[in-house]
This record gives sequence, structure tokens and C-alpha cells, in this order.
Amino acid sequence: MAKGKPKILVLAGFGLNCERETAIAFNEAGGDAKIVHFYQLQTRKEKMEEYSAFVIPGGWSFGDDIAGGKVLANRIRYRIWDQMREFVQAEKPIVGICNGFQMLVKLGILPNLGGDGQQEVTLVGNASGKFEDRWITLAPEKKSKCAYAKGIDFIRAPVRHGEGRFIAKDGKLLEKLEEEGLVVFRYSHWDGERKENESVGYPKNPNGAHKDIAGICDVSGRIFGMMPHPECSIFEWQHPKVRKGEAHTKGSRKFFENIVREAAKD
Amino acid sequence: MVSRIEVALKTGVDDPTGSSVKRRILEDLKINSVSSVRTACAYTIEANLSEEEVKKVAQEIFTDAVTSHVSINAPCISEGFEFAVEVGFKPGVTDNVGGTAKEAIEDCLGKKISGGVYTSRIYFLHGKVKWEDVERIAREMLANELIERWNIMGSQGYAKAIAQIPKVHLAQNVQVQNISLELDDGKLIALSKSRLLALSLEEMKKIRTHFAEEKMRREREKQGLAGMPTDAELEMLAQTWSEHCKHKIFNAQIEYEENGKKETINSLFKTYVVATTKKAGKGKDWLLSVFSDNAGIIKFNNEWNLAIKVETHNTPSALDPYGGALTGILGVNRDVMGAGMGAKPIFNTDVLCFAPFEYAGMVPPKLLHPKRTLEGVRRGIERGGNASGIPTINGAVVFEPRFLGKPLVYCGTCGIMPAKINGKETHKKLAKKGDRIFMVGGRVGKDGIHGATFSSVGLDEASPTSAVQLGDAIVQKKAMDFLLEARDKGMYNAITDDGAGGLASSVGEMCQDTGGCVMHLERCPLKYPGLAPWEILVSESQERMTVAVPKEKAGEFAALAALYEVEATDLGEFTDSGYFVAKYKGKPVTMLEMEFLHKGVPQMKLEAKWEERWKEKESEHKMPQLGEALVRLLGRPNICSKEYIVRQYDHEVMGMSVLKPLCGEKNDGPSDAGIIAPVEGSEEGVAISNGICPRYSDVDAYWMAANAIDEAVRNLVASGVDVESIAGLDNFCWCDPIYTKENPDGKYRLAQLVRANRALFEVCTEYGIPLISGKDSMKNDYKHGNIAISIPPTLLFSAIGKVKDRKKTVSSDFKEEGDVVYVLGKTYNECAKSEYFEEYEIKGGRVPKVNAKENLKLYKCLAGAIEKGIVRSAHDCSDGGLGVAIAECCIGGRVGVRVDLEKVPCESNLADDRILFSESSGRFVVSVKEKDCAKFEKEMKGCEIGKIGNVRKDEAFEVKETGEQGAIYTKVSVLVSAWQKTMKW
Repeated sequence: MAKGKPKILVLAGFGLNCERETAIAFNEAGGDAKIVHFYQLQTRKEKMEEYSAFVIPGGWSFGDDIAGGKVLANRIRYRIWDQMREFVQAEKPIVGICNGFQMLVKLGILPNLGGDGQQEVTLVGNASGKFEDRWITLAPEKKSKCAYAKGIDFIRAPVRHGEGRFIAKDGKLLEKLEEEGLVVFRYSHWDGERKENESVGYPKNPNGAHKDIAGICDVSGRIFGMMPHPECSIFEWQHPKVRKGEAHTKGSRKFFENIVREAAKD
Repeated sequence: MVSRIEVALKTGVDDPTGSSVKRRILEDLKINSVSSVRTACAYTIEANLSEEEVKKVAQEIFTDAVTSHVSINAPCISEGFEFAVEVGFKPGVTDNVGGTAKEAIEDCLGKKISGGVYTSRIYFLHGKVKWEDVERIAREMLANELIERWNIMGSQGYAKAIAQIPKVHLAQNVQVQNISLELDDGKLIALSKSRLLALSLEEMKKIRTHFAEEKMRREREKQGLAGMPTDAELEMLAQTWSEHCKHKIFNAQIEYEENGKKETINSLFKTYVVATTKKAGKGKDWLLSVFSDNAGIIKFNNEWNLAIKVETHNTPSALDPYGGALTGILGVNRDVMGAGMGAKPIFNTDVLCFAPFEYAGMVPPKLLHPKRTLEGVRRGIERGGNASGIPTINGAVVFEPRFLGKPLVYCGTCGIMPAKINGKETHKKLAKKGDRIFMVGGRVGKDGIHGATFSSVGLDEASPTSAVQLGDAIVQKKAMDFLLEARDKGMYNAITDDGAGGLASSVGEMCQDTGGCVMHLERCPLKYPGLAPWEILVSESQERMTVAVPKEKAGEFAALAALYEVEATDLGEFTDSGYFVAKYKGKPVTMLEMEFLHKGVPQMKLEAKWEERWKEKESEHKMPQLGEALVRLLGRPNICSKEYIVRQYDHEVMGMSVLKPLCGEKNDGPSDAGIIAPVEGSEEGVAISNGICPRYSDVDAYWMAANAIDEAVRNLVASGVDVESIAGLDNFCWCDPIYTKENPDGKYRLAQLVRANRALFEVCTEYGIPLISGKDSMKNDYKHGNIAISIPPTLLFSAIGKVKDRKKTVSSDFKEEGDVVYVLGKTYNECAKSEYFEEYEIKGGRVPKVNAKENLKLYKCLAGAIEKGIVRSAHDCSDGGLGVAIAECCIGGRVGVRVDLEKVPCESNLADDRILFSESSGRFVVSVKEKDCAKFEKEMKGCEIGKIGNVRKDEAFEVKETGEQGAIYTKVSVLVSAWQKTMKW
């Protein structure tokens, strides 16, 4: 690409804490990631519009007080909404991982089927009642409209959350999500297999998410969020079973490469 | 005006919190009348807000459109329950969520609000529950009365309940008192006691003499100070001279007697701890800063340094397990952030000691049931690490009945920093004359004043609770993010954390760099008005760091803090006056001579007498069926799977994880050490492990310590660390070792301490392991009426080591069918206090001895074999011995094994139960590919090793006996279930 590597903004601050590994994952995928603190956007020292993708990594923004991602969502709405809206309108990739996913959902821009920015889905306390750090497998949804899942066989990565149970407002909305291809990843069996309409059950679905849903996108397919942490399964040595020769990094790498590729279209 | 917003889940949405409360009511309290529990949150806002504003806030901040139901100034639930229990904080207790909610409300309304936001939780209990049972549920499970208040309401009462605000009201007439020490001995001691100074008579007299000196009088007069200490001065001296800060016992002169032989030990610290590092650290240029800073600092490579510290937070955790553990974690994180120019925490490690959680006896007054303590501490660690984004990568849990009296909560953190910043070495720091004293982070309240005092007597709604502190991970995370940027921009000359002793300690220590300071206490931001100057000076409110900022950078520093939304306050300046001066509204309240403050404390003189108390003769017993014994041992609390705990800690955040605490085929086997790769692109890793075996101190504290060290070292070696690269941290938790009439066993306990220190020196120097940091907590005793419980003397030895190539690390699980299983190291009949003897209530026996010279040879050979890449799995033998170690390798790998006890290297005529369950030190279970056996044996030449069998594909677990006791033949699934069921909560 003539312009060089696409610039990826990785947000930091107020308790977000996965910015380092997320930036590394994007750089590995050919992006030019920069960690930007919220204050830098607020003071316009850094300009969101100069980036080709906006990533909200995992963490505990504001301690998950009140509800995971909620306070950060409000902070974006009240303090940097103009930049954010512009970014959304430009249809540049916006990606939320874990706490970032919770934030996007609560901000109302994901999935935004109604088009009015109202919150339609949520992520609540795990059915187990516990925070869990556990490796799981994700299968991409074949009919998903999200370009970030293209060409991925499966992703193996850890989940590390206490509030990751995906719930939609009602059955109709859930149906619509599926119909319109907004469901992007579901929890699967260890080898990436899953049967349609059959939950893989706990602990493969680590939080009791409805329909095993782990990641979704918005109507444009450009805004995306997921609970697991693919940025922690980029290198073989990060994988728990690497000593048995089992380290599936391909899926996670492809995921970040897809986003970088989409960002490069900017 | 007060508004109250209640948030509940919509009907039909499951409530996992409620369900787990219900389960715990049944399991832990054995109350079976509660048929369901629903939960809600209440936010009480103290501000003048219009109806619209409250609505907007309720809608935008507290509502989740999908799941929640919100009510304003009205109950959120009106039916389906018999009792509502509301639990909120007592006045003055940090309300983290309340603080965040306030920020969010201000964001939402675009204006500051004057009052506070107070949170509480409401539990709606459904079922035919008795009032007394609800009271028990509230007291023993939902609330901790030290920090929380609760209100039990029937459904009618709840509908009419009025919001209460736990606001702190203090008298506003703040005064400084002069305190005369011209008193007789009895009154001096009484004064020390009544003000909770913990100063001895000798120390009180020394202070009296100092203030009575003519020169001192004249100097003080000039400043308008009386010829006697002010309350602030006395408090500050008490802090600075406290056992906690000065380690008086470790620095004492000890008259030691052993077998009739007497000797004088002038400071255990110098004689054993410092001496170890002197001897073992020779030629180790990677030791950068030891014993002098908040944490030990070592070189990781030419570009990066590591800072590491392990601390205890026992007493606070005994009283409020959650808050105690949380502040422990955040506190040790700050130690690392305050080491050198400041290191960024990269992992936590926690070691916990509790009484057995199935304890069914009476819980003495003021103590908590061990399961409650465990659960609270676990939650505190979860919160402290997870919310700060620091992985908890290794730890241990020990169960022993005497920890009922005081649980031990060891919190450790390692941080990383560039070796140089702007051309300056980061392991050094120095405040300069004229530098501004900045306090960064949280505000000051009565929290933790007299941290050692925990009587909650006299606390009422109007007085804040000073005993227990609650940390706020996010306030601290913000401060750390800010400080790292300030560090990299060269905005400060020195940094330290505000921990025990508050500003008195942090500024008091830092101003030794220049020789004095002037501080203006009224500038200190307070949580609520009405604190006396001495309280501001010694408050231990959390999340604070003290920073020396050059005058010309002060503006820039403060401006950057504001961007990070962190409070940074200029409290004064560093001087070379020779005095620690603190003023309040212009008037001096302390003027303490630096020399006296730091070097004036008189050396303690103590007596120690060792006596052999252990009887080796074994009580009568019959050898159990070995298969059954193995299954029973696997289920013992000290051995069983700790997955329940480990999984709730984020052990991978930061993406550096190389060897996780859980490993194997199903990611649930036990790992020996935690390893991370902290530098992007580098192959190098850092490994951490812990050794702890308090039960051996009943035999001999020397071997207790020696075994703890060996265990930590073994764990690292098994994972792929060369002993050459290991540094150690020693953490002593003891029962009161000072002999008095009330403490008749003091001399023996001090002798135990002496012997443990000798072991520390002898074993570490043999291994060549320098000590880089340590800590002691000497009074872990409980006394109430005639109930007295003292903990067993306990040394936690933490070992940190370097891995050259992260690809060459080894996990404990067996890998593949056909792999050959070896036992390394010799087994002796050493079962005293072993898990085996404890399970079968066998008394006596010999304690495991550590032959460091022999072990070292073996460790080096094993490191060589691992380096060559031919070791497929390695696991150290500790609790439960060889039998348990082999079982764990199988559990991790979900594979079977066939081994022959005949092949195990051991002392002659050793019975099978001893071969299997003796806890001799220096041993491993290793597996190697068949084709690599010759190579492996060559590497291990000259060591005691035994080729004992093979890994098999099916799940048969087969042990061939040497004699007639009967072999073990079982299935791995049986072992898995035995190992996992104990703590499957």
C-alpha cells in the first residue's frame, strides 16, 4: 500500500490494561499501532480522525464499577463524542475486546439494529457467578457479514472476565442478529467444531452466553466486539499446550490481519 | 438533598450473584430455609439535583436497558421476598464504587456535585426464614461489621425505609497538643499504651532525654515550640521507630543458648541476611540494589531491570479479609512502583496460610471462620490483581489449624523498568535540596491510623473506622499510568510509596537524601475535614506516592497529573536544615532532628534458648493400603487442586505468560513455577516460585527454613531455571519471640528464629543464592480471655530466576505414551509432620534434611538436561512425596503410568509407604523420550537417579511394590476426581 502501514489507535487509560499486547498484536499483523491515552484524545493532542482503526482493548475501566464498560461509554459520549461519531460515520474499523466490547455495547453503537444508538444487547455477570481465566475456542459464523472473521478456521484464546454473558434485549432481536449476519463468533468445542443450534455448554461456553455468542458486529460490519482475548494468542509460547506441540496462533493472527487490511481501505 | 436510585435486575433475568449467595447460605451457614435470593444496588446521592437531573442520571448511568430495572426514591422490588438486607459501608470507609459513580454523575450532568455518592447492596431473601437466621446471614456472610453496617427489613419495612448517609462528622477544632514525658515509669508505659505508640519504656525515656537537652530546647524555643514533644512528634517517632519500620527484633542483640553453649548475636539481619548476600552475591553483577530500597532491584538484561518485593498483610486480612488482601496487593505494587525511579508491575505472586476450611469448631471472638477468611482474601487478590491489570502468576495455599489465630497473607510483586532513562541509571534515586515534595494519588483520611490497632470498640456512626482500609485499584492504576509518563519525561528525582507510617515514613525517609524538609500539612487533600495534624502525618490512607520534583518541573508535573485525573499536591520542600519540619497553617508542629529520628532508636537486647522438643519415636501404626492412602492424600487441602482459586485470578493479562499456573492436557494440572517473558521480542523470561512449610517448625525451625528454600529452588529448577541466576526473598512470620512473664515461650521462639536464620544463611550460600529483599512480621498471636493461638513459625522463601530461552521451559504434566519416567534425588525415611503422617495421625518421625551440596549438583545437571531440550516434563516432589508427584504428572497429562518402587533410589530397607510419601528434599519426577534416555543419563551422571517406569496411553495408574504391602492399581480418572473434589466450589 502506498500510504504505508495503516495507523491503529489503541486506547488506554482509566483502568484499561491490555493496550500493550493489543498493540503488539496489531503490529505483528502489519499495522502501525499506537497506544493513546484518553486524555490525548480529549485534549486533541492526538486526533482520532488521523487513524484508520480505533481499538478499545480489555481491562477494568473505572474498575467495572456500576457495570463493565458503562462509565467509559459515558465518558466517550460526554467528552469525545464528536470525534467518535465522525469515526463511526466514516465506517472505519472500531474494535472492542472484552472491556472494550462491554463499552461499545453500552454506548449503543453495537449492534445498533434500530439505528437510534439505543442499547440493545448487554454483557452481564457470568452464569458461574465467577471471574474466570480459561482458554476456549471460537468458531466464526459462516454467514457473518463481518470481514474481520474472513478465512479464519477457529481462534484459540483465553477469556478473562466476570461479566461476559451475552444477552439480547429479546428473542426477536436475537433472531434478527442471526438473520442479518451480525453474530461473528461463537464458543465452540476445543477443535473448533460446533453443531448448529446446540450449545457447547459450560465450560466451553465459559459464561453462559445466549446461543454461545462470543462476538458480534454492527449493521455496517465495521464495528465489532468480542469477549475473548486473541491478542494473547499471537505467539506460540503464549499457548498453554505449546509443550505438546499444540499452539494454534493462525486464527488470532488472521483476525488482526483482517482488521489491518480493512483499516488499510481508509 | 438526598436522592436514592435503586437498580435491580428485571424479572426473568437470572441473578448469578443471588444464586451464589443462596448456595453459600446453604453450604457455609447450613441454613436451608432460603429458597431464593435476588440482589440490587442502591446509590444514595447527596447533592442538590432537580428531578430531571436525577432521572437523567438514573437513565444514563445506572440503567442497563437490557437487564435492569431502576427506581428513584422508591423501592425497586415490591414482592417475592420476606426479608431485605441492605449492606453499606460505615462512615469513612472508602467507597470505590461511590467514587466512580460520583465521577460518572459529574460527567453526565456536566457539573461538580458537592456531596458524596454512597453505595449499598440489597439482598432480597425469599423463604420461610427466621429472623435470627437472617441476622446470622447478614453478620456471618453478607457484611463485615468492622467496615459495614446493615439493616434487616421485612417487606413492609423495606417499602418505607429512608436512605441513610454514612457521612463522617468530626469535631472541627483541630489542635496540637504538647505531651509532657516528665512522668514516672509506670505512667510513661501507660502513655505509650493509651496513645497506641507501641514504644518501650527505654524508648520513651530516650525521647524524654532528647527533648530535655539544652541545645534542643533552645532550638525549639526559636521556632515557638515547647521543651517537650508535640503529639505529632511523638506519633512520628513511634511510627519511625516501630517494629514494622525498624525491624527491632531482627536488629536486636541476642544472647543465644544452645546445648549449654552461649553466644551473642549482634543483629540477625546483619549476621545472617546481609552476610548471605555478601557471600552468595560475589561476582554477581546483576545485583543492583539490595535491602536499601522499597524492593530489591536486579538486572534482567542490559536494557531492563527488575524490582521485586514480597510483603505480608496478616492482621488487616484477619479482620477484613477482602480489604486486607486488597490493600496488601496494592501496597506491594506501590513498593515496586517506588523502587528506584519506579518499576511497572508485571506480575503478582501470593502465598496464603489459613486454618482448614472445613473447620467445625468454635470460632473465637473477633476471628472469622477460615472459609470466610479464605474467600475474602481470594476476592481481595482477585480484585487487586485483575482490576490493576497485573497477572497473578504463581502462589501457594497452606492449611494448618493454628492459622485460625492469624491467617498469613503474603503479597509479592515484580516490576520492570528500563535500566536507564534519559541516560540515568534507574535503580538509583536521590532527592535534591529545593525539590518539591509532591503527594500523588489518593486523599488522606483516618484510614489505618495506628495500623497496628484494631479495636473497633468505640466506633459509632459518627466516628470513622480507622482500623481497616480499603484499597482502590483504579485510583492507583491512574496514578501509576501518570507516574510512568512523568518518570520517562524526567520530571522527578526520587519516588517512594506511602505505606506504613504514611507521610511520616515516606517523607521522613526520603528527606534523608537532603537532610531535612518543610511540609505544610494543611495543603494535604483530605477525605473529610477535621483531621488533626498528627493524623495527617501518620495516616495510612491508600494509593499514595511521595515524589521529589525539581522546582522548575513542578508546574509541568502538576499539569500532567491533571490530565490523568490524578491528584498531585505540593506539600513543601526538601531542605538541608537537619530537621524534619512539618507545619500546620504556618505553625510548626514537628521539628525533629534527622539524626535522632532515624538513628536514635536504642538496640533491643533479647534472650534466646534452644531446646530439642521433638520426639522422633513414631507412634504405633499399621501401614495403610497404598492406593487408598494416595487417594486420601490427593484430597487433602494442602495437596488438592487449587483451580478454584487460580482460575479466578487473571494470570495472563499483559500477554507475557510463558508457563501458566495451570498446565497440561486439560489446562488444570499444577505448575511448579510461573514464568513470563516481559520484553517484547526477547527470548528471555523471568520465573518465580515460592517455598513454605510451616509444619516442620514443630520439629526444628532450621529444617523448616531449609525446606522452604529448597522447595522454591526446586520449583524453579524443574521449570528450566539455572540456580546460578536465582535470587531469594525471605519473609518471616513469627509468633511473639520476646520473652516476658506473659510470653513464657519467648526464648524458645527467638531460638527458632535464630535457627531459621542460620538455615537461611547456610542453605543459600551453599546454593549461591543472594537475598535481595525481605520482611518480617513478628507478632502473629491471638489472645482473648484464656484462648491463645500462635501461628507456627513460618518462613516464606520466594525465588526469582532467569530463563534464557522461553522455548526451553518445562511443565509438570506427562506428555506422551512411552516416555520414560525417572525419579531424581534420594528418598529417606523423613515423614515427620508429612501430609502422610498427618492424614493417618502418626506422631514422631524424622524431618526432611536438606543436603544442599548434593542437591546443587543434581540441580545443575538437570538444568543442563533441560537446556539440551531433552526433558519433556519435570515436577518437584513436595507435599505428599513421590506418590503425589507422580499422580500429579498423570493428572496434568491425563495419561497413565507404570512405575516400579524397586527402582527408586532410597536409603536401604525403606518401606513402600515411605518411598511413596516421605517428603525428602531435592527430588523430582521427570519424563524423557525413550530415545533420549542415554543422553539424559549422561547429563545426570554422578547424581542419584532411578529409571522407574513409563508413561502409558490408557488411564491405568500402576505402581509395583517392593515388598508385600500390595501394589497400587487404579485409574487416573479416580485420582483426578480425588484431587479436584475437595475445593470444587
